[in-house]
Amino acid sequence: MYAAPFSYHRAASLQEAVKLLQELGEDARLIAGGQSLIPLMKMRMARPTALIDINFVSELGDIRTPKGELHIGALVRHADLEHSAAGATIPLLHDCAAGIADVQVRNQGTIGGSLAEADPSGDWGTALLALDTSVICFGPGGQRTVPLEDFIKDAYTTVLAHDEIVTGLHVKLPLKGSGGAHLAFKRCAPVYPTASASVQVMIEDGNMCKDARIILGCVGLTAIRAKEAEAALRGKTLEEKNIRTAADAARAAADPQSDMRGSADYKRILVGTLVKRAIGIAARRARGESVEAGHEYAGR
Amino acid sequence: MPDVKKVLVRVRVNGEAREAEVEPRTLLVEFLREHLNLAGTHVGCDTSYCGACTVILNGRTVKSCTLFAPMADGGEITTVEGLSKDGKLHPIQEAFAECHGLQCGYCTPGLLLSTLQLLKKYSRPTDGQIRKGIAGNTCRCTGYQNIFKSIRMAAAEMEKR
Repeated sequence: MYAAPFSYHRAASLQEAVKLLQELGEDARLIAGGQSLIPLMKMRMARPTALIDINFVSELGDIRTPKGELHIGALVRHADLEHSAAGATIPLLHDCAAGIADVQVRNQGTIGGSLAEADPSGDWGTALLALDTSVICFGPGGQRTVPLEDFIKDAYTTVLAHDEIVTGLHVKLPLKGSGGAHLAFKRCAPVYPTASASVQVMIEDGNMCKDARIILGCVGLTAIRAKEAEAALRGKTLEEKNIRTAADAARAAADPQSDMRGSADYKRILVGTLVKRAIGIAARRARGESVEAGHEYAGR
Repeated sequence: MPDVKKVLVRVRVNGEAREAEVEPRTLLVEFLREHLNLAGTHVGCDTSYCGACTVILNGRTVKSCTLFAPMADGGEITTVEGLSKDGKLHPIQEAFAECHGLQCGYCTPGLLLSTLQLLKKYSRPTDGQIRKGIAGNTCRCTGYQNIFKSIRMAAAEMEKR
């Protein structure tokens, strides 16, 4: 399948990319990994008249850890994070990175592209909300930093102006006693999940939940922060009864739509189960246990 | 109609410098097959799903139906044509032949390259690592059991060498 014709422009720097976006106008698009945009262009659901390739902008591919923080460049590929020390330090990031689509897509797709696309079924928008994440944007006026919860406004919609570029993200390193997990359920490797849940909990005195963040993915137009589910855990012991209450609250907070991945009812039940499991894994990790988790699908 | 000026794409394919001027919307798989005449890489689903078009770009497997050729400019590419040396099959190819890891063979070029990347990372992969390693490659003939056998045999053979 052929995409509609477009002109190709290679940006050597961020400044050049911004300039090209301004010159080429609203029908120009940036391309990074291209793992969402290229399929859309081949199906002619997207028809940009110009592509600005930022793959050759060298400064965007780093993972760094300045004190207390993790900096992830926009062009960091999912596979880079899967195999990084950062993924080992923050298991939730590894859960997410290692389960997105399949090897080939993880080798090419970027974290910055995933956030800028804001697909309601995308994994990063869900996983990173469980942590303190902010998105760094660069435009004609210079740089601005936007908290992730304010960055994604709606399905496929962010606060980015046409001539602005995501250059990376800052993630605050979770404190000691904190643990998280990102669980997603999908039908097979290359597809988007049917539902996902990201949980980060802070534990005190073995089983007391000091703080919790619970995010639901694929069950709304954006990732949903399940605040009532969080409240059901905060200040309580992480025993089965309380976890069940939190999972029920998460189900109530979900706003799924029926589609080829499943009915709304099915997704609502599924997301609660994922939350329940994710809380358990997050708590074990908070206590220092090493637990494998991530995307689940037949044959995994 | 946008200005679709052709773009010069220079790559090294299987160790050889190659180049062609192509329309920007040329997919990497079309670039390889139709401009460089390397038809070993297959177009399967053409929707980023099946992995028949898998090639190794700069040390990593990618789906060549999901890259525009200019994005690979300056890159180092391995295709299925680059696996055999001096008329002798690569141990992965030998193992797939030996274990009947293919029937129609359409998915095989992609599977061979995914196997190569998998075995570079894990010289003795577990079943789970094999499953995850070839999750992006669909085969509609073998039922995968013989592909597993092939990968295990290739791993053992490559460890010996």
